[in-house]
Amino acid sequence: MSSYNLTHLSQLEHEAIFVLREVAAQFERPALLFSGGKDSIVMARLAQKAFAPAKLPFPLVHVDTGHNFPEAIEYRDWFAEDVGARLVVRYVADSIKAGRCQEEKGPNPSRNGLQTVTLLDTIEEFKYDACLGGARRDEEKARAKERFFSHRDEFGQWDPKNQRPELWNLFNGRKNQGEHFRVFPLSNWTEMDVWQYIAREKLKIPSIYFSHQRRVVNRNGVLLAESPYITLLDGEHYEERTVRYRTVGDSTCTGAVESPASTLAEIIQEVASARQTERGTRADDKRSESAMEDRKKAGYF
Amino acid sequence: MSATPTTAAAPVHTDEHYLAMDLLRFTTAGSVDDGKSTLIGRLLYDSKAIFEDTLENLERVTEQRGEETLNLALLTDGLRAEREQGITIDVAYRYFATPKRKFIIADTPGHIQYTRNMVTGASTANLAIILIDARKGVIEQTCRHSFIASLLGIPHVVVAVNKMDLVDFSEARFNEIVAQYSEFASRLNIADIKFIPISALHGDNVVENSTRTPWYHGGSLLYTLETVYIGSDHNHIDPRFSIQTVIRPNNDAHHDFRGFAGRVAGGVFKPGDEIVSLPSGLPAVIKSIHGPEGELAEAFAPMSVAITLDREIDSSRGDLFAKPNNQPAVTQDIEAMICWFAPAKLNPGGKYILRHATRETKCAVKAVRYKVNINTLHKNTEDLSIGMNDIGRIHVRTAVPLMIDSYKRNRTTGSFILIEEFSNATVGAGMIMWTEGSERGQTEQFADMGGL
Repeated sequence: MSSYNLTHLSQLEHEAIFVLREVAAQFERPALLFSGGKDSIVMARLAQKAFAPAKLPFPLVHVDTGHNFPEAIEYRDWFAEDVGARLVVRYVADSIKAGRCQEEKGPNPSRNGLQTVTLLDTIEEFKYDACLGGARRDEEKARAKERFFSHRDEFGQWDPKNQRPELWNLFNGRKNQGEHFRVFPLSNWTEMDVWQYIAREKLKIPSIYFSHQRRVVNRNGVLLAESPYITLLDGEHYEERTVRYRTVGDSTCTGAVESPASTLAEIIQEVASARQTERGTRADDKRSESAMEDRKKAGYF
Repeated sequence: MSATPTTAAAPVHTDEHYLAMDLLRFTTAGSVDDGKSTLIGRLLYDSKAIFEDTLENLERVTEQRGEETLNLALLTDGLRAEREQGITIDVAYRYFATPKRKFIIADTPGHIQYTRNMVTGASTANLAIILIDARKGVIEQTCRHSFIASLLGIPHVVVAVNKMDLVDFSEARFNEIVAQYSEFASRLNIADIKFIPISALHGDNVVENSTRTPWYHGGSLLYTLETVYIGSDHNHIDPRFSIQTVIRPNNDAHHDFRGFAGRVAGGVFKPGDEIVSLPSGLPAVIKSIHGPEGELAEAFAPMSVAITLDREIDSSRGDLFAKPNNQPAVTQDIEAMICWFAPAKLNPGGKYILRHATRETKCAVKAVRYKVNINTLHKNTEDLSIGMNDIGRIHVRTAVPLMIDSYKRNRTTGSFILIEEFSNATVGAGMIMWTEGSERGQTEQFADMGGL
């Protein structure tokens, strides 16, 4: 301790806690977006530490597409109860019913884009002025330009060309009525950092991150899990494979990877030698070169 | 889409290694043609931070655009507008790791109209890489980048003399540039400068030492990045702790717990230490310190902790803990260097919101002292208009007192941002030089600011 050095993982931890506390101090109605995915689990764990021994000063909010993996939903409910946090869930299906948005057509209709509508409606319903997200800059090139404190206008939109410069550790969370912020405490973390932190903290994670048997269909190189929301095309068929998930999104657009990794240590070895990006399994990003930027501008996570 | 679990992982990610690694944040400033993108691309590629699908995508896009060589700039140009215009508009952050360290690169565009981005990237960096084209030597842009590195207090500068292949790896040419740069840099305030002859394109002295520069006895660029000593970059002398929020659990188990949450900005705090809360001046003794992994025997920068005291004192967000024998200046008058970010010029006499550490206050710009020509370091006292990307010296008066140190002494308690009141835009970044009253007359303080 007397050398006054911190390891990189500790530095990231202290930085994230600083950001979480700034959110509690600068905003009146913050919320933590929680999907049961590994990044949001790490973020929620850091939030626990930031305010211990007090409880989380914000609710956990989840936008449920109805196409989520049941393992992730189970985990979400268990986690909220375990930490004693308030859980707010809003459903894309309700937004569709209310005519706020329309289901996509095609063989694997994605509700990925529709989540934005439900998310923005939820933000308005509860008057949230800051939403904490687990997104990281290393995930995707539009995210690499994202700020810790990211301003959203009254329509929930992101203006990437007109972002507030962020210097030192001074975060400007000032806004006008109706605007809000998205805040990303894990901005400087990489996929490897997240896994190492899960291992260091011995965090529980949903079972789909570990190797298991699953019936999948290979569609354009993405292994999609068998589900009622996917229509098989001519020549396609389901087959059982040994797989796990690197990211957890909608089952209709998140692919599995073939893997025998069944422990955290094995996953870490696998991540270390991986030659594909984590979001390479996300069909939603493959729609175009600017798919993420376009969704983010509209108010996506 | 097949996983590759059979390949053995590089030693970089074994647990002991990984958990003991430290973190170096560095910035690179340069323009399109000085090889900056090539250099970053090489560092990322050689450290396996570029994934196959990213590379394939890059090849596809490069081909689509009808370009002949792989355009590595497309890696960092994340926004549609950047790709369309072929320019970097904003700071991009990139990540890679070697067995020794994890690195965060703040990649910033080098043109004069992007000075504000360079300043932003430099504000959190331990080290700056300054690229010099071996054929051109020290040019205006080199001076600009070095001045900004110096002004922003970056402790380590690596001058990478690039394109050595185009000057036949000439030792004489390298020495000429070293002499040129050293003469210029003697006017600046950079503690540690290293020179490395490289060819980013061919990889000479980037990761491994080149056989083509037998006269060069220093380490490669990557070796330098891995080994530069950063343990003393934080201030561990002057105790400073700004309160972010107060933690009060209000439950039976922790009924009396009152934790002052914040991040240590300097010095060392231990249980039993006497502190003084500013601006009130109320004394107290530290009862306990709580970190992310439990109670701590000591806390130092940049740790996020919660501090409990032996008595109830009235302290809240924006207040600062120091020690009775080592306190910052408490003042409403500040002399600072300012870098301007907004299209609308700084309004002399205008009112702004000032955010310093965890405190926010209204302020008025009382005077503009001079504007700096950032290419020549000449101080202009005739033209005092501070527009976008300009740097100048101002006097600010705040509505409430701030607890400040000079930026040179502490990057956290010595910095602030200015916010435009109605748009809420961040319009300026300030580095505190000295304080009216307390440090007045100490002219060395002036000399400390980037050589001015």
